Amino acid sequence: MTIAVRTLDDGAWISVNDSRQVSVSDVWTLSHGSFCECEPAYVLLEGFFGVDVSGSVVVADTVGRCLECGTQDSIERLPVGRVVDGEFKPYSPEGVQSIVEPGAETD
Amino acid sequence: MASDVEQWKDELYGTDIRAEIERFAEEGWDAIPDDEHDAWFERFKWYGLYHQRAGQESYFMMRIGPPGGVLEPGQFRQIVEIADDFSRGPAENPEFGNGWIDVTTRQAIQLHWIRLEDVPEIFDRLEEVGLSTVQACGDSWRNIVGCPVAGKDKHEHVDADALATELHDTFKENEAHSNLPRKWKVSVTGCDEGCGQGDINDLAFEPAEKEIDGETVTGYNVRVGGGLSRNEPRFARNIDVFATPEQAVDVAGGISALFRDNGDRENRYNARIKFLVDEWGPEKLRETLQEEYVDFELETAGDDLRESYSYNAGEADGKHDHVGVHEQVDGNYYVGLNVLVGRIGVDEGYELADAADEYGSGEVRLTQRQNIIFTDVDEESVDDLREVPVLEKYSPDPHPFQRGSIACTGTEFCSLSIVETKNRQVRYARWLKENVELPEGVENFHIHLSGCTASCAQPQIADVSLRGMKTRKDGEPVEALDIGLGGGLGEEPQFASWIAERIPADEVPGAIANLLENFDEARDSEAQSFREFVADRDDEELADLIEPEETDYDDPFMHNTKRTWYPYAEDDDLDSSPAPAKADGTPIPSDD
Ligand code: HEM
Ligand code: SF4
Ligand SMILES: [Zn+2]
Repeated sequence: MTIAVRTLDDGAWISVNDSRQVSVSDVWTLSHGSFCECEPAYVLLEGFFGVDVSGSVVVADTVGRCLECGTQDSIERLPVGRVVDGEFKPYSPEGVQSIVEPGAETD
Repeated sequence: MASDVEQWKDELYGTDIRAEIERFAEEGWDAIPDDEHDAWFERFKWYGLYHQRAGQESYFMMRIGPPGGVLEPGQFRQIVEIADDFSRGPAENPEFGNGWIDVTTRQAIQLHWIRLEDVPEIFDRLEEVGLSTVQACGDSWRNIVGCPVAGKDKHEHVDADALATELHDTFKENEAHSNLPRKWKVSVTGCDEGCGQGDINDLAFEPAEKEIDGETVTGYNVRVGGGLSRNEPRFARNIDVFATPEQAVDVAGGISALFRDNGDRENRYNARIKFLVDEWGPEKLRETLQEEYVDFELETAGDDLRESYSYNAGEADGKHDHVGVHEQVDGNYYVGLNVLVGRIGVDEGYELADAADEYGSGEVRLTQRQNIIFTDVDEESVDDLREVPVLEKYSPDPHPFQRGSIACTGTEFCSLSIVETKNRQVRYARWLKENVELPEGVENFHIHLSGCTASCAQPQIADVSLRGMKTRKDGEPVEALDIGLGGGLGEEPQFASWIAERIPADEVPGAIANLLENFDEARDSEAQSFREFVADRDDEELADLIEPEETDYDDPFMHNTKRTWYPYAEDDDLDSSPAPAKADGTPIPSDD
């Protein structure tokens, strides 16, 4: 089935199938040191400016700020959840996230 | 590719939305097809309806925008009655109870917890008294702001109310201008104090004089492309045009049409006209306006009155707001009342409506500092009005910390917000009043708190600018604020620079207290204003003067208020949300 994704309300939300699923202003825990030097980095997402589906994974383009060092930068294709049997399962912002898109997920 | 929003607008927008709202209201919330929610909620904004945030599904914010903030006799009371009957939430707010109206920074009224099923009746009751929600949100002409004391004030130069009303009548429900690339905010100033705040609007008319054919004509200079949002604040730019009062509507229509045709419809983040002015520059904008959008020769700019602008200006002589008792041109008085963070409970709303009727003309005007004004109070009645009990709270003579406070909607209802705002700001002001002595000579001190970078509370033009953030404290994420200094309007407007970042919200009152103490010690003389003091120093120096610290100020909103269905509910867990709800408030069970 097709998955309708879009940003809403000036980047306040990721909408998946007409339901507001992922919200800005949550703190995401990012690993790999590719956002900034902090390990892990606690990054406040300030706005979404794009969203896409990669296989079953919903990925978002967003702007964030590290709560420790203050780095502000955009993050492209941050995985924010996946669609299982037509239903969206958000990833938890608290769980450590690689900001690299999981390449194998092409089902 | 055009955005989804543009596609939805192409399919159905403007006045056609009304019938659909009526239909959904009749059939109930459930009648909105699940896979059309995004499209309908986007369209509803055109009629002033804004779907509240997650956890509050099926409830709406409703915005009512009277031009220039003027509520004619009877209109304020009608709004209070509507709030009383329809604006009740499933839980109480600890500061404000349940049932209130919000006065906004663009001279509008916002009601919350509105149910779709009640909307047609609310529309009827608004129309009964000549009010409307049309274009209060959405991509078109928003509420036209301006001098709230137009027609009354001694500082008036040209009648801003006449133009604001004419613009309102011309461009509301006007097919040619109802679908713009983005919101369109217009300001009309008529006085020499600058209280229309034109500098932060998309289109600003400002009082000016011009010699035309040997005669001095009073009218407006035109500026374009101001706005505060998105970490990209801009002051409106001078496009070197003077418009006579007769030309002003045509000039406004020309610029709106220019925006309609040339604004960026591909990318909503780049759509506001401030970005078009960045790209084109004011000269090209003027040229295009002249060549394609007006059929008369535009005058070049006249002499303005910016030199004397004092509104929200930090240092200047003259009025910084409209609070207090001021003589009108006709010898009567207008009385500006302080409304803390813009919120008025319904019971007090009735008392205020009674007082406006009894001692004034019944008119209640709304200001861009979230306050209200009674007009036409005759001299003998001023003292009697002061004695009315409700004026103890809504005071014409408030403490400067309370007078200077502005706060946006915040996590209570707003999707974008990072932090709780209104209750926090009330608590800040209370603590500051009790614990901090203002330095000698400081009578105005503006603290504006916005929950995010959209900047609805206009944080960048305050003495102390506060903006929602997060930080980690003792290993836990907590609500925090960035602190900015140095902002203000006036002849030379200036945006604050963000001096201290990610300060835990419970350390901010301590930071302000220390900052004021340091200012008192270090300033040249008692004549030096806070804004001058800040302008004299670089960011590093200023950062040293802000010393955040915990005090006995207690902040109940340090946790993630966004991750609640309502930050003040006893059981605030998102999973405990009573929304979405049927018209009678009973929750609708979800099917999954
Ligand atoms: C997508 C969500 C929203 C965005 C992007 C947004 C953005 C903005 C911006 C940019 C401004 C004016 C700043 C300027 O450019 O000068 C503004 C004004 C305002 N917004 Fe929002 N806002 C949103 C949602 C809300 C909601 C849900 C509420 C309340 C429930 C709200 C309340 C206000 C208020 C009170 C103002 C002040 C002025 C007015 O009457 O228009 N906003 N908003
Ligand atoms: S400033 Fe941000 S948080 Fe506050 S009302 Fe506006 S959009 Fe919401
Ligand atoms: Zn970092």
